[in-house]
Amino acid sequence: MSDWESVIGLEIHAQLATVSKIFSGASTAFGADPNTQACAVDLGMPGVLPVLNREAVSMAIRFGVAIDAEIDRHSVFARKNYFYPDLPKGYQISQFELPIVGKGHISVSPGEGEHKEIGITRAHLEEDAGKSIHDQFPEQTGIDLNRAGTPLLEIVSEPDMRSAKEAVAYARKIHSLVRYLEICDGNMQEGSFRCDANVSVRRKGEQELGTRAELKNINSFRFLERAINFEIERQIDLIDDGGRVVQETRLYDAERDETRSMRSKEEANDYRYFPDPDLLPVTVSDEDIAQIRAGLPELPEQKKQRYIDELKLSDYNAELLTGNRDTALFFEATLAESPELSAQLVNWILGDLAGALNKAGLEISDSPIKPTMLTQLVARIADNTISGKIAKEVFDAMWQGEGSADDVIEARGLKQITDSGAIETLIDEVIAANPEQVEQFRAGKEKVLGFFVGQVMKQSQGKANPGQVNAILRDKLK
Amino acid sequence: MTRSVIEICEGLATGEFSSVEITQDYLARIAQHNPALNCFISVTGELALEQARQADTVRAAGNAGALTGVPIAHKDLFCTDGVRTSCGSRILDNFIAPYDATVIEQFNQGGTVMLGKTNMDEFAMGSSNENSYYGSVANPWNLKHVPGGSSGGSAAAVAAGLAPAATGTDTGGSIRQPAAFCGVTGIKPTYGRVSRYGMVAFASSLDQGGPFARSAEDCALLLQTMAKFDPRDSTSSEQAVPDYSAGLGQGIEGLKIGLPKEYFADGLDSRIAGVIETAIDELRKLGAEIKEISLPNTGLSIPTYYVVAMAECSSNLSRFDGVRFGHRCENPVDLEDLYKRSRGEGFGAEVKRRILIGTYALSAGYYDAYYLKAQQLRRMIKDDFQSAFDSVDLILGPTTPEVAFEIGAKTDDPVSMYLQDIYTISLNLAGLPGMSLPVGFVDGLPVGMQLIGNYFDEAGLLAAAHSYQQVSDWHLQTPGLTS
Repeated sequence: MSDWESVIGLEIHAQLATVSKIFSGASTAFGADPNTQACAVDLGMPGVLPVLNREAVSMAIRFGVAIDAEIDRHSVFARKNYFYPDLPKGYQISQFELPIVGKGHISVSPGEGEHKEIGITRAHLEEDAGKSIHDQFPEQTGIDLNRAGTPLLEIVSEPDMRSAKEAVAYARKIHSLVRYLEICDGNMQEGSFRCDANVSVRRKGEQELGTRAELKNINSFRFLERAINFEIERQIDLIDDGGRVVQETRLYDAERDETRSMRSKEEANDYRYFPDPDLLPVTVSDEDIAQIRAGLPELPEQKKQRYIDELKLSDYNAELLTGNRDTALFFEATLAESPELSAQLVNWILGDLAGALNKAGLEISDSPIKPTMLTQLVARIADNTISGKIAKEVFDAMWQGEGSADDVIEARGLKQITDSGAIETLIDEVIAANPEQVEQFRAGKEKVLGFFVGQVMKQSQGKANPGQVNAILRDKLK
Repeated sequence: MTRSVIEICEGLATGEFSSVEITQDYLARIAQHNPALNCFISVTGELALEQARQADTVRAAGNAGALTGVPIAHKDLFCTDGVRTSCGSRILDNFIAPYDATVIEQFNQGGTVMLGKTNMDEFAMGSSNENSYYGSVANPWNLKHVPGGSSGGSAAAVAAGLAPAATGTDTGGSIRQPAAFCGVTGIKPTYGRVSRYGMVAFASSLDQGGPFARSAEDCALLLQTMAKFDPRDSTSSEQAVPDYSAGLGQGIEGLKIGLPKEYFADGLDSRIAGVIETAIDELRKLGAEIKEISLPNTGLSIPTYYVVAMAECSSNLSRFDGVRFGHRCENPVDLEDLYKRSRGEGFGAEVKRRILIGTYALSAGYYDAYYLKAQQLRRMIKDDFQSAFDSVDLILGPTTPEVAFEIGAKTDDPVSMYLQDIYTISLNLAGLPGMSLPVGFVDGLPVGMQLIGNYFDEAGLLAAAHSYQQVSDWHLQTPGLTS
């Protein structure tokens, strides 16, 4: 196994979040009744013509600027010709020889403390096809053209990745970036963000690339990792058994966790690309680019650096927080009121909150605990209203919908006991009840202090301030 | 029924006749002569009368525009909302667009009356109108001869007085060549001058709509309605549209007219050359300065055109697949069968030939040798014209090498058919405007003279043609149809 190296490149299709389609005025909203969002242009009716939606161009440029890529001042739409029922015109309008975004790169972090630079070959604009629906009509196929003409940005990476883990890290990074840029909603279930992986293997040290297979139909990062790992194993086993990898498109089947060859007929396609005579070349001026650059939001890398520099967060935590735009926005919202509590807030967000969200399968934007609620919770620990331990109970109650931190503390009577008289009474009782342990402590067995703290906390139902308990105990046990 | 558009406008304005009356006259004439001529694929009598009534109401209210109430025929590849648009093809025999082409919309807004949709070579592919699913059209000057193509129905309808004006489209000569064959005046504007929206595409980088009429003066009026920037067509020009009618009187005194020696070389019927030379003498008398020029790459235009046009059409016609509209074969067994039989049954032989050639020209391994090379030659052809226009204002020559040939004479020889377009095709490749006007007869059949202008100089072309028509009467001749 270890003498093999896998080589992976990704083609990511990000659906651009424009209001209308790339070449028509029809809406791009997801989920409408079939064929209700397809106008004459989307249907490929005779005589109708495409008109470019400049917003899609701006979005592509935003992406290009963010990955430090060359933006082509003159790019060309081309027709990719093939017949398929959900491709109304018999050709897809795409970009071929002159894409709008040229070479760029992005830095990814496959694991704690790891960094790798991944090259991006190009990113081009194209229209999506419609959908064929095979399971609703007996012996017939339904065609839904609502998606036809939806703008896509196809982002093609260099074959720079060497493991499924790296590929996933890259895909996540692009996913995060397009959401930061607000050019794609990133919804993988609805197909707004789709990954195809080109996978090949070679013996370590070999310079030439092996024959690759293109994996399609992957709709989550988890499946991306599995599909690539399966494919690497398959190819190595195949070669080990004396076989040869053939260049082909393979579909990932999530249920059986395997990749399967698609019909080989697909391979023979000659797309007969040529410049689309219905569309003028897309020209972009330096001013356009400057304007778009000036309007870019703070990008993940910049945000991360700011967290490290200004909030003194660790590289790892800063990476985790900025990896997902919504997480960063959540963090910044909690920070707004109590910037001095940043360290504690980070721990709660990346610890208990992340755990709870993960367990419930929720996105942070859907968290039942809102940023202000978390800020209040952390503030109540800081001002000694509750202990860290009680805070976990408050957190769980907030998660269950019992209201804000203050509501829960009030309703459940969790306010910490800070009255030293009350604490002294509790301590006196505990000391009186455990003479043996008192002797041990006085004989120098420091560890026994923990026993006393535990007993006092137990008696107080966890509400006694642990710092005070410690101090008073030491005093009394002297 | 040889009234010009201008005369009809005057008659309507003075109340000599109403739009309904003149429309009824044309519909009657169509009923009488169309069976022999086959100019129309669809005659829209009821719609025409309804539009005519509306036009009369508008006029009575004092809101008439320049063309309100004027009957017109439209080539059957301009989409018309609610009226079949067949493109002369079986594959669209049942197709009714739910939208109007921009050109149709503009004529409708101008208050014209649509008499019907005219016959044409299938998908505008042809030079004789013999490639129509609806049968060939007869040339009104001699019913045994072709009217030219692809806009043969429109040209013949105007020549025969079945319509005072008609729209056409020109991809390689499809307005100018039938105008020449039928003895009418037709203009192909600069590429981008007239919107292509709703005009079913043959070759997108070459197609351009334009009018047919009896005179340059009429064409000026019609082009005024057609020429407009259209945001729905990305290749449409934003260049301001001048007042063509107002520019007609500018004369040709001192105008420099170039005669490309390649247009008078071998292949041109010497009798046509003689007719053209007589017309040139007239222009000289009117004060034009005539000089010989050279367009050295003329010979490359036909091969270049047939690569570009066929490559584009092979892709443009992919949408006719039997899935969403148009002809679908009976009981397809699977998807491939659906495609093969729907297209196999729906398209005629010439369309299939061009799709095959175009598909080949774009195929992997051939693209550079054909498509890319053709694009380079196209640039050279364009450069020829650019440098010619450094020294002349207009270019002049014959529209066609022969007069209208007999129906069936060239159907077995596509290359000879393609050569009909030798003088017209290079303008489409260059995107330049050109027009054809009648200047005489050979064997009782009309001879057309082509004028070629610089980009967006339609006004100059129309003015030169108008000057000639002021001192000649070829455009006033009408074929002697029985009754």
